[in-house]
Amino acid sequence: MFRNQYDTDVTTWSPAGRLFQVEYAMEAMKQGSAAIGLRSKTHVVLGCVNKANSELSSHQKKIFKVDDHIGLAIAGLTADGRVLSRYMRNECINYNFTYESPLPVGRLVVQLADKAQVCTQRSWKRPYGVGLLVAGLDESGAHLYYNCPSGNYFEYQAFAIGSRSQAAKTYLERRFENFTDSSRDDLVKDAITAIRETLQGETLKSSICTIAVVGVGEPFHILDQGTVQQIIDTFEIAAEQEGPAAEPDAATGRDTAAEQGTAADQGGSTDEGVAPMDI
Amino acid sequence: MTKQQANWSPYDNSGGSCVAIAGADYCVIAADTRMSTGYNILTREYSKICKLADKCVMASSGFQADVKALQKQLAARHLIYQHQHNKQMSCPAMAQLLSNTLYYKRFFPYYSFNVLGGLDNEGKGCVFTYDAVGSYEKVGYSSQGSGSTLITPFLDNQLKSPSPLLLPAQDAVTPLGEAEAIDLIKTVFASASERDIYTGDKIEIVVVNADGIRREYMELRKD
Repeated sequence: MFRNQYDTDVTTWSPAGRLFQVEYAMEAMKQGSAAIGLRSKTHVVLGCVNKANSELSSHQKKIFKVDDHIGLAIAGLTADGRVLSRYMRNECINYNFTYESPLPVGRLVVQLADKAQVCTQRSWKRPYGVGLLVAGLDESGAHLYYNCPSGNYFEYQAFAIGSRSQAAKTYLERRFENFTDSSRDDLVKDAITAIRETLQGETLKSSICTIAVVGVGEPFHILDQGTVQQIIDTFEIAAEQEGPAAEPDAATGRDTAAEQGTAADQGGSTDEGVAPMDI
Repeated sequence: MTKQQANWSPYDNSGGSCVAIAGADYCVIAADTRMSTGYNILTREYSKICKLADKCVMASSGFQADVKALQKQLAARHLIYQHQHNKQMSCPAMAQLLSNTLYYKRFFPYYSFNVLGGLDNEGKGCVFTYDAVGSYEKVGYSSQGSGSTLITPFLDNQLKSPSPLLLPAQDAVTPLGEAEAIDLIKTVFASASERDIYTGDKIEIVVVNADGIRREYMELRKD
């Protein structure tokens, strides 16, 4: 995408019928670190890669609880994401106050989409630079929606957004048909595996990813680091066992990487408790 | 020309009594379960007690429609607090919030007479007592509602610390155990329901302590 004379304003169409500012906002979303979501009939799992500005800082919060039955993961301008999650929380609280029942996810994403659309049609505004994966439960089951800066929203069985999300999407495309009937634990494992795909070689450890689950009988919550690390460890063990049969070198490589990963994590976990945003 | 009088009141008194007693490491909050209007009973099984936070429980008598609206407001505000602070509100924090919420409607008040009970940040029992517009005070025990005039003098007799001005100097009151406090509550409600027509049917007793919150019931006179 190159600079052109039709991209200054969000209220200017290009001759080809495009709104470049909106497309640039989508680009901003692609720069953010990856977020993935997948669902079964009864559960939805969200995962994201934690990116920290520097080694000194804590990572940005990318998963937000909106209500007991709704949560979201964001990719892109996290400030925009924070503001939108505050809006969503407010909407849920107000709906619950009036109707004494939880706001259906489908309604919420439409409101969100309409809010995003407004920013594509006002000359004094700019589109939100954040993509949202909204996970929620309502009477019709588990849902995963993707809201983009353009004001569109789509429902997905599984999806990934942000940088290097294509790798995760490829993995999810291969496996998605199994998700509907997956158990909750298998879903979480698939989410972590999908995140690993985006890391492309980097060691997978619980300090660089965050997982959240919502399901029937299970309010939205973020899994704690210890639980996530345990699940990651079971992968590495399984990979070890498969390794000798298929790729001996790769397996030993992963094995030592896992050991380094857990050691580094133990050193890292003491620091994790200090950072207030690390929840 | 005489001033036109209202031919309708937005308020009604649902009756009932509430009591709360604070201990060293627990708090007991109790209320009867009768809802009335005038000389009639609307229901014998209405709960006037609401859990606002993990360690914070409120009992309110007065006009139950206003009480319900107040409880919903506080619950919504608590949810916002949890989103922003990632933790539950402490009892003293909730006490201030309740006061502010009541005063917000200073010129069309919630007809709600509240007692807030729970554990403070150090795990000690605390009770806050309110008037309808938010004036509040932290106390060791309190009673509100139609039976309060019968209950409070008795609680004063049993629980009030002797005045420091007395001669000879009297010992401070011995700390009350949880079981004794519950027993006192039951006695007090049994007495109140003898003479207060609006108090009766059942008592709902909620106990907040380090183990969490538990509930028990006791039958009262149905007349």
